[in-house]
Amino acid sequence: MNSKTSHNSTSDLGFEGLLNRYEPVIGLEVHCQLKTESKLFCACKTNFGALANQNTCPVCLGLPGVLPVLNHQAVDYAIAMALAVGAVIREKSVFARKQYFYPDLPKGYQITQYDLPYCEAGRLRLDTGKEIVIQRIHMEEDAGKSIHGDNASYVDLNRAGIPLLEIVSAPELSGPQEAYDYLKKLRAIARYLDISDGNLEEGSFRCDANVSLRPLGSQAFGVRTEIKNLNSFKNVERAITYEIFRQADILESGGLVKQVTLLFDAASGRTQVMRSKEDSPDYRYVPDPDLGLLYLSQERVAQVKSRIPELPEGKSLRFQTEFGLTEADARQLTEEKELAAYFEALVAAVQGKVTAKIVANWILSEYLREHNTRHWTWGQQDLSVEAFAELLGLLGDGTISGKIAKSVFEEMVESGARAPAIIHSKGLVQITDKDEIKAMVQRVLEAYPEQIEQYRSGKHKVFGFLVGQVLKASQGRYNPGLVNDCLKEALHEPAKKD
Amino acid sequence: MREPFQLPAREIARLTMDGSLKPEDTANFYARRTEDLHQVCNTHTLWDKDAVLNEAEKQIDYIQAARYAHKSLPLAGVPIAIKDNIMVEGQMATCGSRFLRNHRSAYDATVIQKLKAAGAFLFGRTNMDEFAMGSSNENSSYGPVLNPWNRRHVAGGSSGGSAAVVAADMVPLALGSDTGGSIRQPASFCGVLGLKPTYGAVSRYGLIAYGSSLDQIGHFARRVEDLALLFDVLAGPDHLDSTSHRGAPTPTLPTLAQGSLLGTKIALVRDFLGEGLDGEVRAHFEAAMARYRELGAELVEVNLPHIKASIPVYYIIATAEASTNLARFDGIRYGVRVQKPGQNLREVYTQSRSEGFGREVKQRIMLGTYVLSAGYYDAYYAQAARMRELIKRELNAVFASGVHLIATPTAPTTAFELGQKTHDSLAMYLGDIYTIAANLAGIPALSHPIGFDGKGLPIGLQLMAPAFQEATLLRSAYHYEQQNQPQFDKRPRI
Repeated sequence: MNSKTSHNSTSDLGFEGLLNRYEPVIGLEVHCQLKTESKLFCACKTNFGALANQNTCPVCLGLPGVLPVLNHQAVDYAIAMALAVGAVIREKSVFARKQYFYPDLPKGYQITQYDLPYCEAGRLRLDTGKEIVIQRIHMEEDAGKSIHGDNASYVDLNRAGIPLLEIVSAPELSGPQEAYDYLKKLRAIARYLDISDGNLEEGSFRCDANVSLRPLGSQAFGVRTEIKNLNSFKNVERAITYEIFRQADILESGGLVKQVTLLFDAASGRTQVMRSKEDSPDYRYVPDPDLGLLYLSQERVAQVKSRIPELPEGKSLRFQTEFGLTEADARQLTEEKELAAYFEALVAAVQGKVTAKIVANWILSEYLREHNTRHWTWGQQDLSVEAFAELLGLLGDGTISGKIAKSVFEEMVESGARAPAIIHSKGLVQITDKDEIKAMVQRVLEAYPEQIEQYRSGKHKVFGFLVGQVLKASQGRYNPGLVNDCLKEALHEPAKKD
Repeated sequence: MREPFQLPAREIARLTMDGSLKPEDTANFYARRTEDLHQVCNTHTLWDKDAVLNEAEKQIDYIQAARYAHKSLPLAGVPIAIKDNIMVEGQMATCGSRFLRNHRSAYDATVIQKLKAAGAFLFGRTNMDEFAMGSSNENSSYGPVLNPWNRRHVAGGSSGGSAAVVAADMVPLALGSDTGGSIRQPASFCGVLGLKPTYGAVSRYGLIAYGSSLDQIGHFARRVEDLALLFDVLAGPDHLDSTSHRGAPTPTLPTLAQGSLLGTKIALVRDFLGEGLDGEVRAHFEAAMARYRELGAELVEVNLPHIKASIPVYYIIATAEASTNLARFDGIRYGVRVQKPGQNLREVYTQSRSEGFGREVKQRIMLGTYVLSAGYYDAYYAQAARMRELIKRELNAVFASGVHLIATPTAPTTAFELGQKTHDSLAMYLGDIYTIAANLAGIPALSHPIGFDGKGLPIGLQLMAPAFQEATLLRSAYHYEQQNQPQFDKRPRI
């Protein structure tokens, strides 16, 4: 099995070439699991990793005679999401039953919202400045999980009834990269609002993509396919890219794209047909008589609004104006709420000993590298703000050089020791004694008479070499600025004598 | 010591609390009577005397404790039969269906918890039309309930078993459910009282749903005061039922005997007194209304032009809701699973549901599935929902005009013979003409006896009141009852 098999008719075209002929039109349907204490219509817990069927009760098991009762924490979370994307909140919305038979759907229907969702017409701005319309957001309950194997199938209903938001974008994304950006932004908002873990791998953030192509310049939409089961950011990009290639192949060879639902197989990197339009079920939506209208008063919406925290976009702008960060740095720092919080805490803790710009550089390079390679979880095995600030303070007041600071940082991460202890035990304190440096400069210059001549004859490039030799002799502890000064002085002295 | 036989429930509770009636005597007496009679009219889907008496023993301890603590239990020592679609933890709940013949409930319905707390004895599970779909009890997988007044006639449905056990004095009270007349019509056929409370007045949690926007738990009794007593126990908000009314209910028992019917305005529906109404039923209805007038009520006639659409509207909405409510009966987690080697999932569903459900249930599921299908929804379900609003508005307008009650016969005929309508669904459906409107509008209604036809079969009268006006409804029936005791007291010979 070769997963890298290329496509015959468009392989010569390439992806960029393809985009000169076709415009991809992509819409995303995101299922965002809300991290409420209990399920959407009963009091069962929602924690991940419980024993199979442990988090169940007569209601989410769909036993005869039970009735759903709406979880108002979930509704508040839903309102928060709607407000965060500037959407219109419907005062009276309706829960509906979506009917289909499957063993992990205990009632034979899913409670969702259909023609009257609670939220419509929002928008999300991508990094490029392009705004994507969010057509609608609605609340629904999750289904359970089917596990197939050893000649039998098993059903785990822990997930059945967990609240979801389905967030539907307009078909306005024009490529895998935009889809990726949109998803990232949406996830960041959900995490900032603290309403979802936004974890694609664990399934708390799921994505289906609708993909179609149309000839460049055309207004009419092409036939779309829907890809399900995109369980990582990478797979969203991969699947959409694959599907664009696949559809282009069909169109290039004069064929017609069929309206189908596809399943993305991450292992092979391809999509497979799950069902065709003809097989698409009639869900026979009907208003759920057990729930009645959902009434969202302006007071309630205002109350939720008053609790909405600063969101990524606003925070990024503030970081640029307040801390003088570049747009790129500010954006990267605000991608994750915890990262932004860490940055702000660190800026406060260094008390101006280094600039916010330097703090940002340290976080975005040194800190994030360690965070990612060591798989740190925010707030756990993390490097404490105090320890980090202590290190940057020593850098700021000249106790150690930038180079030393980086090695101290690595040592801190490795051993867990604090910066002063490391500096002390390894004798890393920067030497600023001008006489000592001068003496060392003299010793080094004696060893390199040739280079002195070169310098004096105008080849100033050797200066760097000589600085390096002096620093090396001090094992990096001399203050580099002082070394520069002393070396220049020494090299210029004999010339004065002449 | 008193004999508990034929005592009103209120009297049993009072005597039990003051110690002049031993609860074990009541339990034993009624258990023996049910043991002797339950097969005669096929009133039960489950009757297990030993199990009932075992459970009663626990309640007796509870009643004793309450007595020592000087707490009054409104239903102390009162045996109550339960329709087989209401959940009692640990007991079978078949809903009259073969599909659930082995289904044991995992929890108590809210009404059951209230009965237990009120000191009642749970007295067996009564027979019913499968999934409460039927007007004659002939759709039960466990055979039809026979009418205690004449066993060649039906008991009515779908709560036929509950009506018959009260008529035959096997219990003083029984719970039923009413989606389109399933309490009032069998009450009428069996000569007892039946109350369908306002939608939302009594929690539906633990009632196996048929048409969720129409279903209401209610009950049967032989005395208006018992009807009121049990209503006061059952009514009230329930956090497990989003459709239950949030406000505190007004007790009906304290005001039952107050005042008179002077000034009470009762409307007769002209559209209901023509074609299809049996002559004898009509005559008795008119006589009863004359009695109401004698008691001081003012009678007026009203037209309800949209009421004729009740039956089609009902059979669209109820079957649509039924088709979704019954989707959970798929043979996967409980109930019948019919599976042959090599069958795929769809075949297992089809086979299980084909064999598990009876004919009427399948007919209604298919009707409901049809009216909700893409392309038909607007023409049927949406249209019916709009028409339902019109009917509701029409009824409310009558009440808004100063009318306190609307009176109709409960059913156009007395209990018909077994098998007479089983092959004519339409004829059977038309029999629900008078009772359906109260469900569509969500208003309370009751049926009370008004006499007997030439064959000795009971006739009932229905009163409807505005939402949450159960007190008015019960008070009016009480005044009628006081002046017409013989119509209420006559017993069938079994």
